[in-house]
Amino acid sequence: MITRVIVKKSTYRDSISLMKISNSISKLPGITQAAVVMATELNRRVLSEAGFVDAAIGRASTSDMIVAIEAKEASSLDAALAETERLLSPAEKTTGEKAPPTSLEEALKLVPDANLAVISVPGQFAKREAMQALSKGLNVFLFSSNVSREEEVELKHAAKEKGLLLMGPDCGTSIVNHKVLGFGNAIREGTIGLISASGTGLQEVTTLIHKAGLGISQAIGTGGGDLSEEVGGITMIQGFELLEEDEQTKVIVLISKPPSLGTMEKVLEVARRSRKPVVVNFLGADVDPSMLGKLRQASTLDDATRVACELAGVKLGGAAPVIPKETMAIALAEHKKLARSQQYVRGLFSGGTLCYESEIVLQPLLGEVFSNAPIKAENKVRGDAPSKKHSCIDMGAEEFVEGRAHPMIDFSLRNKRILQEARDPETAVILIDVELGYGSNADPAGQLVPVIQEAKALAKEAGRHLSVVASVVGTEGDFQGLANQEKALSEAEVLIMPSNAQAARVSALIAAGEKIEPAILGRSN
Amino acid sequence: MSEEKGNKKKESILTEELKVVNIGISTFADDLRSQNVEVVHVDWKPPAGGDVEMLRLLEKLGL
Repeated sequence: MITRVIVKKSTYRDSISLMKISNSISKLPGITQAAVVMATELNRRVLSEAGFVDAAIGRASTSDMIVAIEAKEASSLDAALAETERLLSPAEKTTGEKAPPTSLEEALKLVPDANLAVISVPGQFAKREAMQALSKGLNVFLFSSNVSREEEVELKHAAKEKGLLLMGPDCGTSIVNHKVLGFGNAIREGTIGLISASGTGLQEVTTLIHKAGLGISQAIGTGGGDLSEEVGGITMIQGFELLEEDEQTKVIVLISKPPSLGTMEKVLEVARRSRKPVVVNFLGADVDPSMLGKLRQASTLDDATRVACELAGVKLGGAAPVIPKETMAIALAEHKKLARSQQYVRGLFSGGTLCYESEIVLQPLLGEVFSNAPIKAENKVRGDAPSKKHSCIDMGAEEFVEGRAHPMIDFSLRNKRILQEARDPETAVILIDVELGYGSNADPAGQLVPVIQEAKALAKEAGRHLSVVASVVGTEGDFQGLANQEKALSEAEVLIMPSNAQAARVSALIAAGEKIEPAILGRSN
Repeated sequence: MSEEKGNKKKESILTEELKVVNIGISTFADDLRSQNVEVVHVDWKPPAGGDVEMLRLLEKLGL
C-alpha cells in the first residue's frame, strides 16, 4: 500500500464539494482510501486516525487544503491525483458564459433586487459576509457555525436596526414563503407558523404536521444561540412580530432548547400579548406557569405537533403518545434477545435537538444519560470519547463539523461510531435519526444499511443481538422518498418509529424491558 | 440606499418573492433553483488568502 499527502496552500472549496470529490476519488480503481479536505484541526485528526502520517499534515493551516490518497500501486495513485486536480480545477466555460461573481457586490449587479443572502462560509469569515449583506439591505440566512456570541449579538443588533431578519448563525433550517433554506423538507402549505432556535426540531415538527395532514405558513429558524442571555431572543421576537401580522398564520409554535431565564421571560411576554394561539416547546425548560398564562406548553416535539394541530382544528388522539401494542410487543421481544451485558441505549444523532429530546425522554425512564450536549451539566462527556452507560451523542455538534460536511450529508463519522458501539458488549440499542429533504444526503438509507448490517453481524459474531431503532424526518415529497428510505431501513431490521421521541421511548423499553413498561404507558409527555 | 431598502424589506420578507445571493456551499443554490427561486451563487474565496490575522487588520483599516 502506498500513500501520498499533498498540502495545497491557501486553497479553498466548501466542505460539501470536497466531500463529493473525496467520494469520487475513493471509488477509482486501486484506491483504498482518499480524502480531500480543508486542514481544520478535526480533519487533520481524522486523517491521522485513518493512518495518514505526514509532517506536512501537522504544518498545514486551516486555510490550506489537504489531498490524502492511499492506493494499491503507484499507477492508481498517479491517476487518482490527476483526477483530483481535474475535479478541483474550475469548470470549463462554454463560449460566451460569464465568470460567476466572486463577491456580494458583483452578485448584486446581477440581481439588484435581491432580498436575502444565504451565507455558509467558514465561521471565522461569516460575520464579515453577513455584515456586508445587512449593509446592502438584505435579510440573512446564516448557516455558518463557529461564530462567537459577541459576533452574533453585533449582527443581530445591526439587522434589527435596519428592520431586517438575521436567521442564524448556526441556522440549519427555515421555510420562508414555502421555500426551504438550508436543510428542510417538502411541507404542505397551511396555517401553522413556527419560529425555532433548533434546526432539526423545526424539521421534526414541520414533517409531523405534514404527516398529520396539516401544513405550515412560515418556519423561521433563529439559530441556536438566539435565546441565550446575551442575544435576548432578538430574532425570535422579530419573527414573532412578523407571524403576528401574517394573515396566513393562525397558530404560532415556538421551539427551542432551554432558553436563559431572562430571555425566556422576554419572549413569553411578547407571546402572551399575541392575538393568536401559541404553543411553547422549550425542551427541558422549567417554565413557571405564571409565565405561560394562556400559552400552551408542550414537552416534546411530537407533543408540540399534537397541540399545534389541535389549535389549528385537528385533534390527533389522546394526550399521551401511547406506543401501539404491537410495537410494545416487538420491543419486549427485542429485549428478550439481549445478552446479560447489553444494558445501554447508545443514541447517535445528526440532529442536535433530536439528541437533546432523546435525553429528555430517556432520563426519567432509564436514569442518567451522558452526552456531549447533556441536559445536566454533570453528565457532559467528550463527543469523541468511548460511550459511557446510556449515551446520546450529537454528531452535528461544532466539534464534529469544523471543515466537514454536516452528518446529515457526510455519514462517515457516525457510521464509524455505529460500528464502535456495536463492538461494545454493553450496547443494547443503537438509536439514530435520519433526515431527508433539501440539503441532506441523496440516499441516507444507502449510507446506513451496509453499516447497520455490519454492526449487527459484529454483535452476532460475539454472541449478541443488536437492536437498532430510528425515526425518519421526512415527507413523501422529499426527493429521497420517505417510503423507499423507510423500507430499506426496515429490511435491514431497523425498527422505524413515527417520531424521534417515540423512537427514544421504544429504545428505553428494549434496553430495560418490562420494568419500565408502566412508566412508558403512564407518562403523559 | 440601504436604510430605505431595509425598511421596505421588513414589510416584505414573508410575502415578497425571494431573490437570493448564495455565498458558500453551492448545493444550497442548486436546491433553491430547484424550488424556482432566483439565485446568484458567489464563487467565494476566503479574503486575505484565509489569513484571519490579516483579515482583522484589513477590517480595522476599513478595507
